[in-house]
Amino acid sequence: MPDDLSNPEYPIPEDLRGQVTITTLDKIYNWGRRSSVWPMFWGLACCAIEMIATATSRYDMARFGMEVMRPSPRQTDLMIISGTVTKKLIPQIVRLYNQVPEPKYVMAMGACASGGGPFKEGYNVVSGVDQFLPVDVYVPGCPPTPQALIHGFLVLHKKIAAQPIKAIPGYQKAALEPLPIPVLGPDLINLRDLPRIPAAASGSGPEEA
Amino acid sequence: MTDQPIDVHVDNLETRFPGMVSQDSRQGYTGYLVKPEGLTAFATALRDQMGFRYLSSVTAVDYLAEDLMEVVYHAYRLEGGPALVFKTQVPRQEPHVPSLVPLFPGAEFQEREAWDLFGVRFDGHPDLRRILMWEGFGGHPMRKDWHEAYYEEEAKPFKNRWPEGQVYRIEDKVPYGHNVSYPSEFSPEGWVPQEDVALYAGLGKIQGNGDGSGGGLDTEQIVINLGPQHPSTHGVFRMVVRLDGETVVDLRPVMGYLHRNHEKLGERNTFLMNMPFTDRLDYLCSMSNNFGYALAVEKLMGIQPPERADYIRVMMAELTRIINHMLAIGFLLNDLGAYFTPVMYCFNERELILDVFEAVSGSRMMCNYFRFGGVARDLTQDAFGMVKRLVQERLPPKLDELERFLVKNEIVRERSIGVGVLSAEQAIALSAAGPVLRASGVPYDVRRAEPYSIYDRLEFDVCTRQHGDIYDRFLIRFDEMRQSLRILQQVVRDLPPGEIMTGKPQYQVRVPAGESYGRVENPKGELGFYLVSNGKANPYRYHIRSPSFINLTSLAQMCRGQKIADAVVILGSIDIVLGEVDR
Repeated sequence: MPDDLSNPEYPIPEDLRGQVTITTLDKIYNWGRRSSVWPMFWGLACCAIEMIATATSRYDMARFGMEVMRPSPRQTDLMIISGTVTKKLIPQIVRLYNQVPEPKYVMAMGACASGGGPFKEGYNVVSGVDQFLPVDVYVPGCPPTPQALIHGFLVLHKKIAAQPIKAIPGYQKAALEPLPIPVLGPDLINLRDLPRIPAAASGSGPEEA
Repeated sequence: MTDQPIDVHVDNLETRFPGMVSQDSRQGYTGYLVKPEGLTAFATALRDQMGFRYLSSVTAVDYLAEDLMEVVYHAYRLEGGPALVFKTQVPRQEPHVPSLVPLFPGAEFQEREAWDLFGVRFDGHPDLRRILMWEGFGGHPMRKDWHEAYYEEEAKPFKNRWPEGQVYRIEDKVPYGHNVSYPSEFSPEGWVPQEDVALYAGLGKIQGNGDGSGGGLDTEQIVINLGPQHPSTHGVFRMVVRLDGETVVDLRPVMGYLHRNHEKLGERNTFLMNMPFTDRLDYLCSMSNNFGYALAVEKLMGIQPPERADYIRVMMAELTRIINHMLAIGFLLNDLGAYFTPVMYCFNERELILDVFEAVSGSRMMCNYFRFGGVARDLTQDAFGMVKRLVQERLPPKLDELERFLVKNEIVRERSIGVGVLSAEQAIALSAAGPVLRASGVPYDVRRAEPYSIYDRLEFDVCTRQHGDIYDRFLIRFDEMRQSLRILQQVVRDLPPGEIMTGKPQYQVRVPAGESYGRVENPKGELGFYLVSNGKANPYRYHIRSPSFINLTSLAQMCRGQKIADAVVILGSIDIVLGEVDR
């Protein structure tokens, strides 16, 4: 990694090349952040098995400093939504997301988490976790192979490397509002929809095609 | 087992229960129709006099046109043989059926599921709450007249998907732009969400304590939720535990967090479209899920796969069993606190088997490899060589190595011997299946009890263990892997050349009207597919008897009186996969 760390505008004397690197604060800081992204250890469905397979010896996430998978959201940088997001579970997912300390990243792994996948038409399935959480990286596949997931990690690393310290959302002065946690009623109630519910419910249901 | 002589004749049922029982004479149907008022007496006689002590599957079917709700039961003899199917029909408006839980405790969750999804009330059920959806959900989703928010048409392929048609997606037309719909009278003002009051109230309490009469310390019992996000629940699964100190007083599993509406989607899909969905049931064993579904549909169609396809199927199913038991053992050790090392070892072998799957089907996990009347692609010479190397050179020594590492380990033995005991009688009554049943000393294996495919000509033993504790459930998986290797060695030796498909591969299969129940011995137990076809392109009813789901019925029984740390290990020893529990 020192190649993209060093700043070629400042020539370093030949005999110090191996010991000294001149770089920017943003670069060295993000290099540290992206080389130790700790994912949260929780699986939702089939994708979780491929996620675990990525952590095992053949693919090995430890190469990216990602082998520390803690089940607690408090020790997490990255939430991998690895599986189908159901209406029954989305309140817990949003609650967990609110507990992850900033800066935090969300990866939608697989077709279900990205957009509902093969189960999209189901009555208990949320069509993509991005309806409730801000997603940083989408990994396509059903389930994505470990190679695809690793590619997703590399994309996330690029994204982290490109964030100036001053622009990271969690480092701003203003306090961040927690996301509203949806409620389970006769169907899932997204609190952002509240004003629209009585009108739409008293009208017809889904429009007839 | 029982001292009563077993009545081997079941053909005189109509005379024995006059006016209550009649043959199901509909075209393509089997079994008996029992009137609801006679159901309890019939089931009692079935259990105590005729030896059908194992109630395997309970499900409901909604016959909208006839205005009937039908509850279907499958019962078995443990000596083997086919199922005795009996049904009871009630009107759709207020369906009330007597509960069979007092006779067969294993029906508890399945009856709750039928209440949740169909709205069938089971009178006398101890704890009739919703199980897959949440309390307060609007309607009973599996009913034929209940439409989901993204409802487009009754069945696929949808008319608007034709290339020359105006293609649109239904989600662009729903009022909220996403997958929700509310009943017309619903208004969020004044509405109070239903909490889990009934769930917590149902947790049993030990009476007579807390006032100093217990003899020991005065303790206060507390209720703890494990999950749904918990590292040792193997997915999104919740256990509500009432604790007295460290001891589990009562436990209630809560599932449905991964309920992906498999059955509703299955009834919208065509028969062939369901094949990739079965992969995603028990996502560790996609090949054997395919197997069960293919068998059920082949039964309805009345076709047989060619010899070579049968061999390939068995090969894939047994490789899957090895994968599953490897992971079951690995994660069980993970639950015991060995952390990730055993999983690493087990995943090594799994990757090698997945290479075979990838070579034959093009996918590591979701194989979608079986077709009605054969398999999708032929086993190439390369893949065959891989299998040969695996079963002859690689896996047997690795299995020995794993056993050497784990079986005599002092901590494993200390933590698992005598913990979470399930007696044979309890296992049968609770409808446990697969390794859980066999570790309790019941030699019941679908591959022997009702042989399918080519299992009747293969040599293997039905493994049993006698104690029914965690250690036995752990050891029996080693035994079964060895038997799988035995089967695989025979299959590799005898694999015949020839066709892999009966008839030509087709997108739409013609399935005659009727019902069928195809079952296979999955790594986790008996996986059954109950299908009702009305002659159309999509199944009228598509139900999965999932072993993980029904094995969970015995979880509370095993955990009572154990320590909370053991409850986690007991859950690991049942070996559930949430995709199959919640479907």
